[in-house]
Amino acid sequence: MSSTIHLEVRIKPRPGLLNPEGKAIHQALRSLGWEEVADVRVGKAIYMELEAADANEAVEAAEAMCRKMLANPVTEDFEVAVVEATEGATP
Amino acid sequence: MKVAVVTFPGSNCDYDLYKAVQQVGGDPTFVWHRERGLEGYDAVMLPGGFSYGDYLRGGAIARLSPVMEDVVAYARSGRPVLGVCNGFQILCEAGLLPGALVRNDSLKFRSFPVRLRVERTDTLFTEGYEEGQILRIPIAHGEGNYEADEATLRRLEDEGRIVFRYVDASGEATDEANPNGSWHNIAGIVNEDGNVLGMMPHPERAVEELLGSTDGLALFQAMARALSPATP
Repeated sequence: MSSTIHLEVRIKPRPGLLNPEGKAIHQALRSLGWEEVADVRVGKAIYMELEAADANEAVEAAEAMCRKMLANPVTEDFEVAVVEATEGATP
Repeated sequence: MKVAVVTFPGSNCDYDLYKAVQQVGGDPTFVWHRERGLEGYDAVMLPGGFSYGDYLRGGAIARLSPVMEDVVAYARSGRPVLGVCNGFQILCEAGLLPGALVRNDSLKFRSFPVRLRVERTDTLFTEGYEEGQILRIPIAHGEGNYEADEATLRRLEDEGRIVFRYVDASGEATDEANPNGSWHNIAGIVNEDGNVLGMMPHPERAVEELLGSTDGLALFQAMARALSPATP
């Protein structure tokens, strides 16, 4: 029996690498008065649903997708989390 | 010189490359990304553009195209592959060149002529230039900021694999002359064997006076000299 598993795949910029979007947002936040913000880095989140025997199998599949395509090992790390169906789903 | 110009959905400099190859007496053929087989070509070129809308990352989806398996095998066999702009991104994504091209540090799409210093003249692509020669060649990209881990960057410098660098009018690789934030003003690199060149600037857009510069022509001429059968 397989079931539908909802995943959030977080693609995170490698620490230490220049993150121009994060830098621009950081400056904008400071100019709005949030001077306590010390650092901002921007990554992305990919929401997917897939059929799998269980959550482990789904996570393993998504990790394989990250290694093959979703993340660039030079600049990005990734993290896969099982989430509730409603999170990030298209309305 | 028979050249395969590989086109992906979203390529937009494919005709420019085609024309540049013709201009130096070469024989270009468009190869659609779903086609297979690159035997019989003397060189393969990956054009600039926005393959797959640059979704995910520039070149990330294009490099999974059927033809890319052949491009990888072709490059690994030591035959010449040139990737310009999005083509450079695809070569990095495919693992044929190290590193990655990330968002310009300005966050802006940069489109104007830049100055490049030729760092190596012993490659198939650059033997028509003088070492240290300064070229005027246009760039047009939003993600041309070359990044890699420390060890890779040091290796590129130590092994002299940086072929072009962004420089100012006096030939200095300054921050002001760097249009995208690339490490050490990298504009183009080769692989270990020197048969795969990736560069962000567009030599194919600098092959006629009408385009404002002819400084890109010598690259295609050098390839044509090396790859055309000797005339009896």
